[in-house]
Amino acid sequence: MRKTYINGVGCISAQKTVDTVFLEEAELNESDTILPLKIPVYKDFISPVAIRRMAKGVKNGIVASALAMKEAKVTTVDAIITGTGMGCIEDSEKFLKTILENKEEFLTPTSFIQSTHNTVGAQIALGLQCKAYNLTYVNGSVSFESALLDAKMKMEEEEASTVLIGGIDEIADYTTSLFKLAGFIKKENQSPYRVLNSTTKGAVHGEGAIFFALENEKKENTYAEVLDIEILNKLKVEVLEDKIKTFLNANSLQISDIDAVILGYNGDVEYDTYYNTLSENAFVNTPQVYYKHLCGEFNTASAFGLWVGAKIIKTQQIPEILKVNTLENTEYKTILLYNQYKGIDHSFTLISRC
Amino acid sequence: MNKGVAITGMGIISAIGNTVEENYFSLVNNKAAITSIENIPTVHKAVIKVGEIKKTNQQLADELQLAADNNFSRTALLGTIAAKQAVQNAGISSINEYRTGLISATSVGGMDMTETHYYDYFENENLVKYISCHEGGDVAHKIADELDLQGMVTTISTACSSAANAIMLGARLIKTGKLDRVIVGGTDALAKFTINGFKTLMILSDGYNMPFDNDRKGLNLGEAAAYLVLESDAIVEKENKKVLARVSGYGNANDAFHQTASSENGEGAFLAMEKAFQVANLKSEQIDYINVHGTATPNNDLSEGRAIMRIFGENKTPDFSSTKPFTGHTLAAAAAIEAVYSVLAIQNNVVFPNLNFKTPMEEFNLVPQTTLKHKNIEHVLSNSFGFGGNCSTLIFSKSI
Repeated sequence: MRKTYINGVGCISAQKTVDTVFLEEAELNESDTILPLKIPVYKDFISPVAIRRMAKGVKNGIVASALAMKEAKVTTVDAIITGTGMGCIEDSEKFLKTILENKEEFLTPTSFIQSTHNTVGAQIALGLQCKAYNLTYVNGSVSFESALLDAKMKMEEEEASTVLIGGIDEIADYTTSLFKLAGFIKKENQSPYRVLNSTTKGAVHGEGAIFFALENEKKENTYAEVLDIEILNKLKVEVLEDKIKTFLNANSLQISDIDAVILGYNGDVEYDTYYNTLSENAFVNTPQVYYKHLCGEFNTASAFGLWVGAKIIKTQQIPEILKVNTLENTEYKTILLYNQYKGIDHSFTLISRC
Repeated sequence: MNKGVAITGMGIISAIGNTVEENYFSLVNNKAAITSIENIPTVHKAVIKVGEIKKTNQQLADELQLAADNNFSRTALLGTIAAKQAVQNAGISSINEYRTGLISATSVGGMDMTETHYYDYFENENLVKYISCHEGGDVAHKIADELDLQGMVTTISTACSSAANAIMLGARLIKTGKLDRVIVGGTDALAKFTINGFKTLMILSDGYNMPFDNDRKGLNLGEAAAYLVLESDAIVEKENKKVLARVSGYGNANDAFHQTASSENGEGAFLAMEKAFQVANLKSEQIDYINVHGTATPNNDLSEGRAIMRIFGENKTPDFSSTKPFTGHTLAAAAAIEAVYSVLAIQNNVVFPNLNFKTPMEEFNLVPQTTLKHKNIEHVLSNSFGFGGNCSTLIFSKSI
């Protein structure tokens, strides 16, 4: 069966993750409830006319995908699969506001067109003139994992040897205000917003565009092999450990084979219990990693988690800023990622050194 | 021919009927349902016609016996109704007995609630519950919860081809042995957002949509939901299940031409159909009926027609029709309701009529089937194309 290797990455996030090795310039911001991404130099990738016209998510997606493909040294792909929770929500807001404020008159199509969830995948295909398989998943916090699973299936089916996947989400002002109202984003004046051992509800939100060039062949620049992905709509905290064991067993692995576990802690006291139970029990003797204190929570933040996992395997080290506990391993061979959001959209992702 | 994946149940709610039977009755009796809009207050009321389900959200919620404090969007209400029908039709009593997934499709998600309450959220705390129902995934989660389904749940959004991709993914999940049973389909409710979006693109007809007619003026939007139950052959054998038809082929390609327009020669559509034939291991001459995308926009029908002629050959096109004059274009649900219609065509050996057609297009000699036609149907090809160049083709085959 064809295997799936991560051969290139492109990460646009709230941290300096372009032209750096691995978070050596990371900055911890515990005073804001929103972590905007560091805007890349668009003009190196996109024409000035297009920069003005394109939605934020589209631009970041184009840059991140170009970086991933460049690193993998691929110029064409057999599939482009994206995940996004909310799509280019800034344009959705813009179009909806104009409808409501102008009573459905004087509208122009641009923001409607860009508000379609598949815009980023479509624009990348257009730019690459790639007529291959093209799909967009929009299912909360498994949007990115759905893309990853699909890509792995494409390899197994021998329908593809190179696949571009990515997760894209953007911050937009009005949606942010609604998320604050609904309590999804932490209240102001509760800083410092610590992700670990938090006592408050909600999360600090962020945005990003994180892409991976996947290939069925191992190369010099390979980061890791993607072994397996599982997606579950809901899960009781009491059965989480069993589910993980079953998932690992299906891959002929046990808890003790896991060299590091990457947990999607977001500082929401209500739902971080899922991570705590793993941290305090099954994986108490395993090096534990967290990352949403650096990139913020968003539907496709787990793509940043996979980027972290890939980097740990490639560099064979875990930067201090990512550590939940003080444990270390001499080798980081097999890494498990676990993520959920508000008790739904659970995902297990297994990667290994090859 | 490849055997394909078994379809063991289906459910649908559209403007032409609240059940599979009602939809079939309307299709064979020329009962279209393109009307003036009633459920949405829009300034375009007088100039557009839509395929609207004439039930209020309250009526739909009552049918589902939802609690009064529910936060279902209309998209979720329609989706749940159709998915429940499909599961019942498949005779499933214990949904988690096998590894079961739900692959849903939507383009608007809970936009109907967002646009209704957008500026009121801060004034009325009773509305805050609707904020979380905006995103696409919320719809799938609500359907899964109502079905008591625990397993893989995800949502696809590739504009008007979304549900075709959901059906394709479901079939692949079964073929690769990742799941035993997958509920696949799509749902989209009418919303001011989409009405105005299509209006700005100037592709809405001011009358009734006329697919493949020289004088076509655009599409009528519609709302609908439909879901199919796909099951592995192991389940089918073990439980001696009735197979309604099979998903034998599927193809997905990107036109890579323009964000909202199809290329002149229909390259994406051509590639999607070509791929579907490869997967099904069928030749084009084995297709008995094409349920075309046929939105009746000038651009789509020309592009799709050219792609069909390239695949099937000049004057070798099988009977084809667009069923959108009946239902309107139901966006992310379109490929799901048309999958149900394709299965009905196979089960009943009929070609549904392409209503409103008068004059062949001047660019080519393609004339749709305009009256109900009875003939043996073994294989149906169904096309769905969306913004972003997303082109998908499904092939459904009689189960042997």
